[in-house]
Order: sequence, then structure tokens, then C-alpha cells
Amino acid sequence: MSHVSLFKRSPWILHYDGSSCNGCDIEVLACLTPLYDVERLGVVNTGNPKHADILLVTGSVNERNIEIIQNLHRQMPDPKVVVAVGACACSGGIFARAYNIQGGIDHVIPVDVYVPGCAARPESIIDGVVQGIAALELKHKRSA
Amino acid sequence: MKRTVVPMGPQHPVLPEPIVLDLVLEDEKVVDAIPTIGYIHRGLEMMVERVEFTEFGYVVERICGICSFMHGMGYAVAMEKIMAVEVPERASWLRLIWAEMSRIHSHLLWLGLGADAFGFENLFMHCWRTREEVLDIFEKTTGGRIIFSVNRIGGVRRDISDSELVAIVEKLQQLGAGFAETARIFETDPSIRHRLGGVGILTREDAHAVDAVGPMARASGIPLDTRLTGTYLYDHLDFEPVLETAGDCLARVVVRVREISQSIDLIRQAVQRMPKGEGAPIETKVRGLPTGETFERLEQPRGEVIYYIKANGTKYLERFRARTPTFANIPAMIKLVKGCDLADVPNIIMTIDPCISCTER
Repeated sequence: MSHVSLFKRSPWILHYDGSSCNGCDIEVLACLTPLYDVERLGVVNTGNPKHADILLVTGSVNERNIEIIQNLHRQMPDPKVVVAVGACACSGGIFARAYNIQGGIDHVIPVDVYVPGCAARPESIIDGVVQGIAALELKHKRSA
Repeated sequence: MKRTVVPMGPQHPVLPEPIVLDLVLEDEKVVDAIPTIGYIHRGLEMMVERVEFTEFGYVVERICGICSFMHGMGYAVAMEKIMAVEVPERASWLRLIWAEMSRIHSHLLWLGLGADAFGFENLFMHCWRTREEVLDIFEKTTGGRIIFSVNRIGGVRRDISDSELVAIVEKLQQLGAGFAETARIFETDPSIRHRLGGVGILTREDAHAVDAVGPMARASGIPLDTRLTGTYLYDHLDFEPVLETAGDCLARVVVRVREISQSIDLIRQAVQRMPKGEGAPIETKVRGLPTGETFERLEQPRGEVIYYIKANGTKYLERFRARTPTFANIPAMIKLVKGCDLADVPNIIMTIDPCISCTER
């Protein structure tokens, strides 16, 4: 796997539930547990935006959480990467027609990686994080 | 005494979902808790006016990704009632089996999150490892891990072969035997007893007064379980509600631990009782447009859920409403949080098994 050589540091992840149905959230958590176990690769789920390199957002943007998502993104140190997990985070998904949904996460913050699926499978979430790591390395190089 | 307000949420390490609690403290004691919701509100109920009733089942499933099957089932059953559709018996049994499997996976998921909240990460990992085995069965039988879309108005989309059913029971019994060790730790470990025993006590009277539902009520000694009403073929099965009387956080954990083995036993009984025969019909063709209204109740892992549906003879329903169990348990949570120590707040919040996306839809 060519991506392995990209693992120069251990990316820490901040997960925020936009307005997801829980489906993608529990799949994000499932990535941490023994079957998938991303911690073996140094990927740690942190609760603190100031420790995080990658922001994983599930669910879409609504009136209320716009501010929270922007806040969390602002608090993360540069360089940072945003991964939109699931159909809702990418475009609003099945809820795009609901009155309180404004659309995907890219309405509010720049998104680097889109992970499709409803709910996104752990394998594709891990793949999204790996691509996020590649984007992160690129940003490191540019800022150096 | 001077009061301090500690905001908790919407993004907090112990909360998998955003909810805000403004905790008013006097010293270390919480004297008041003011919840703020709306972070996950999508406007799902109103989508019923824009999505045809035949497709709305997919939307209902996405009320919550944890009890997605049960939401889909509740919607399908309610619509079948309105449209007077006779569901093939095999489909009803299959629904019961999937519903009980949902309960097992939901309780395992919660036990893990609960263990994480009181700082027992090892136990979190054990519960979630066990849960993956249930998800494997789901994937094998429905094709999905979280969202199945296997219910449809009039029946189910997929059959499970008789030999497969026997294999599932066997696998679940092995899972139960393997989980026994984890269950023993939940019930007897001294550090868990110290952390949860006597914390957040909801007395039987209080549970009545705030209308607690599901494991929350059963941990306070109230035998409240809509499965006891005998609907959805539960009258063919032999079971007693799992009751605890202490009403503290530990009792709520123990109720859920025991309900896992109860559900495994229910699935075993269901496979024995259900009529054999692959190739038997699993769905009835539904024709026409619905007219009328109905209420439907069923027991989700978190407690009783109520659906109200009103149809007006067009392909769009007039009203869809769901009263989810977490909504009913939030008053109990607020009652428990008042007067507890700040350090116990995460445990109390977690032991009601909050599902915010159900609550806000």
C-alpha cells in the first residue's frame, strides 16, 4: 500500500457530530475498536480541538451547529484537514430536503476529503483518514 | 453561596452527540442543569410532506442509526395498520428476530460507551468487539451494518433460510457465553461498584412521577415494557421483564447487561416457534393510497417509542410524529443531575442511554 510511506506522524482526530443520525458516528467509533483498531497506526481520537490534526465531521450543517463547526475548525492548529464522513456531510444526503438542513459541511468550512456512504463503512472512513493524512503531509510541505 | 455555571457540550469528550447542559454549581454540587437542544434537529417529521409514503420508510430509519431497524419496523407496522394489510407470519417473525438483535447490538454499544464514560476503556473495547459479531449477522442477513432498509410496508425484503436461522441462534449463544465474563465484570467489579453504586438514584415513585421509560424505569423497579402487551408475536414467547430495584447507575447498567441474554433467549424461542418453510411469502403486495390515522408503540432498546401517522388519501402523508424514549427520559436525567457531584454528571447522562438524534430528529 503506497499510503503507508505517508505515515510520518501520528494524526490525531477530532470527531464532531453535525446533525448525523448516529449511523456514521458509531462507525467512526467502530474504527477505534478491536476489529479495525486505527490506534495501532497512531490515529487517536481526541476530544480537544487544540490537539487535533484532522477534523472528522458526520452529518450536515444546520442553523445551530454552523457556529460550533466554525469554532472547532478555528481552534485547530494549522495545518489541518477536514474529512466529511457520510452522505449527509458531503451534500446533505437524504435530509437535503429537510427544512433545517443547509447542506454539506463544505458550506461552512473547506473540506479536503469526502467519504461517501449511508452509513459510511469503517473501511471507507479509514480510507478517508488515510487520504486525509496525505493531504496533511502536503500542507506540511507547503508550510515548511 | 456563590454559584458557578459550567457549560457542558455541545462538543465534549464524553458525549458522542451534541447536547448542551449548563450546570449551575455550588462548590462541587450541581444545583441546576439547563438543557439546550437543537444541534441535531433536521426537520425529519416535516419531510413527510415532501417524500412519498412508500419511500418515507428510508427516512424514518434514519431517525437514529442505532435503532434504525426498530424505527423502520414501527413505520411499516403503522402503515400496514392504516392500509389494513395482512403481513405474512414469517415476515413478522423475521422482524422480531432482527428487532431483538438490534437490542443486543444497542445494549453492547451503550455498555461500551458507558464504560468509557466511567474510565474503563478496556471494557469499552470488549463490548464493541462483541458487538461486531452481531453486526456481522446483520450484514449477512440484510446487507447493511447500521442501516438495513429491510422493512417495507407489507413485509420484509429478505428471507433468512431455516439453516441460517439455526446457525444465528448458535452464534448468538456463543456470543452470550463469551460475553458472560464481561457481564460478570460489570456486575461485580469493585471499581465499577464504587463509581456507579448509589450514584444518581431514581426511586420508584420518582420514576413514576417523571414518566421514565425502558431500562430506566425497569432499573427503578417498574415492570414497564411494551413487549409485555403481547403485540408483535411477543405473546408467543416466554419472558419476564428484567427488573432491578436500586434505581442507581449500577442498576441501569445491570438491567442492560441482563437484557442481552434475555434477547438471545427470545431469538432462540422465536426460531423454535416460527413456522418452518423457506420460500413462504415474506411480503404482501400493497395497493392503493392510505387514509386514516393510527398510533403505534414498540419497545426500543432505550424504551417505549410511539408513532402517530395521519394519512389523507394522497401519496404524501399528512402528519408523522414520533415520541422517542430519550425524550421521555430527559426529565428523569435533569432530576438526577440536580444535587449530584460534578464528577458524576457524565455517568448519569450516559446511564439514561441518551440518543439525541432520536430526540431532535
